[in-house]
Amino acid sequence: MHRKNFVAKTLTGLTEAVKRAVFAEHYARLPGLLQGLDPRGKILTFLALLIATAVTHRPEVLLGIYLLTIVLALASRIPLVFFTKRVWLFIPLFTGAIALPAIFNFITPGRPVFTLVTLAAPINWGPFHFPGEITITEQGLRGAAIFILRVAASVSLSVLLILTTEWARLLRALSALHFPRVGILILGMTYRYIFLFIKVAEEMFLARRSRIVGRTSTREQQRWVSARLGFMLNKSYNLSNEVYLAMLSRGWNGQARFLDDFHFRWKDAAWVVFTFAFLFLIVFFTWIYK
Amino acid sequence: MNTPVFTVSEMSYTYPDGLLGLQEIDFTVMPGENVVILGVNGSGKSTLLKLLDGLYFPSAGKINAFGEPLTERRLQDDEYAFAFRRRVGFLFQDPDVQLFSPTVWQEVAFSPLQMGLPKKEVEERANEALSALAIEKLRDRVPYQLSEGEKKKVALASLLALDPEVWLLDEPTANLDPRTQDWVIEFLLSLTDKGKTLIVAIHELEVAEVIAGQAYILGEDHRLAAQGRPKEILRDEELLLRANLLHRHRHFHAELEHRHPHRH
Repeated sequence: MHRKNFVAKTLTGLTEAVKRAVFAEHYARLPGLLQGLDPRGKILTFLALLIATAVTHRPEVLLGIYLLTIVLALASRIPLVFFTKRVWLFIPLFTGAIALPAIFNFITPGRPVFTLVTLAAPINWGPFHFPGEITITEQGLRGAAIFILRVAASVSLSVLLILTTEWARLLRALSALHFPRVGILILGMTYRYIFLFIKVAEEMFLARRSRIVGRTSTREQQRWVSARLGFMLNKSYNLSNEVYLAMLSRGWNGQARFLDDFHFRWKDAAWVVFTFAFLFLIVFFTWIYK
Repeated sequence: MNTPVFTVSEMSYTYPDGLLGLQEIDFTVMPGENVVILGVNGSGKSTLLKLLDGLYFPSAGKINAFGEPLTERRLQDDEYAFAFRRRVGFLFQDPDVQLFSPTVWQEVAFSPLQMGLPKKEVEERANEALSALAIEKLRDRVPYQLSEGEKKKVALASLLALDPEVWLLDEPTANLDPRTQDWVIEFLLSLTDKGKTLIVAIHELEVAEVIAGQAYILGEDHRLAAQGRPKEILRDEELLLRANLLHRHRHFHAELEHRHPHRH
């Protein structure tokens, strides 16, 4: 199979990024459980769940919250494979890399579960101390499991909120909840113009590909990419100036105003009650089974 | 007597990097007039519109809008700025510049909302604008999902929601398919029927002829090369050749060489 050079890979990456975003918006429009809720209530309850995830030290609680996100995803018509892939794709790469050393006794001492290596003598290497036996400890495994579960539950909550809420509604809800408006406006515009720049970048890559026969050296590709990056920077600077003029022309005076059309209905109230009851039960049982 | 919408007197503009934008421009636009500004790319058409919209300010000379000086200082006053912006709308050449909001609905509601109109009126105006342009179905769409024609319609709807007296339009028919181009021309004609003042920067002579009551030609030296009735101006081939709006075309009919001015 023909190996892709990094320019072609970037082109594929750009196209995929747009596809993913369009797909995500598609899910936000489905008639599911979370999609039908007022985004203000959704943001507040998800924030409460995130806080609970961040402060608990009980793996059962973290597992419970993670399982709740799966049930909610299913009730919101998000395909399970798509949802879990989004969450778990990066966890082994980033969280796993951080959590892995913590399972060994030289980072987390404790009751050994499995002995990996028996050294002739303990090693002292700069600030590091390696005992005579390198083992995986129960405390280490528990710590790593809690860490990975916490990340999985937090990422699942965030992904679920984003997948089930249209970006524009999410921003309007943040404004209704008194988040700084200029910040929200900048977020909205950043998201809007990222797509424009992805399109421009994609067209530049395609224009290059249409004019190149055979393979070019990596060095030449790097030179081309760095020149294009400069061009994009210049283009984005010019565009930002023009957009600012367009905003001025339409009455922008430095104060962002938003129009919200949210309605807090009985099902939103039911959702808020359910979430806080769930959190109350967690606190209650954690207290009972200390 | 009616107060002129714009009076431009001996106005010049130099860009911050020192490049010359416009030189000694003089003209007056009366209410209800339809003016086209013709010129090649880089002659200063867009710059002139931005000056008329109070986005740029003259390096020399002055602009009066509705009988009062249009200055940077005055536009810093919110009350004056809102009053001016409610009366003058500007369609940018690139719709991506103009559509900066996350959704079509928010885009169309942006101006009335910024002007501090009551929520109910903002909703009414935005709904009416979407329905006038028959784009209600685009209401919740995001800009990157729109075609060029749809983006242009949304940009026009965002101005219509304010219903300004004066419409400054920068290349409104550029990059559109023929059907959408015709639609835009019809839309502009409907505005003239309502007594709106139109100032349109364009380089397509055929479109200019249809919509204009007055035509100004900007030369490549950034000066006003001519102004007058479009029928007279657009028949003056020497003038159009000088302004680079026509070029001499040479082709053959069998053995016979044929030369004539040609427009695109």
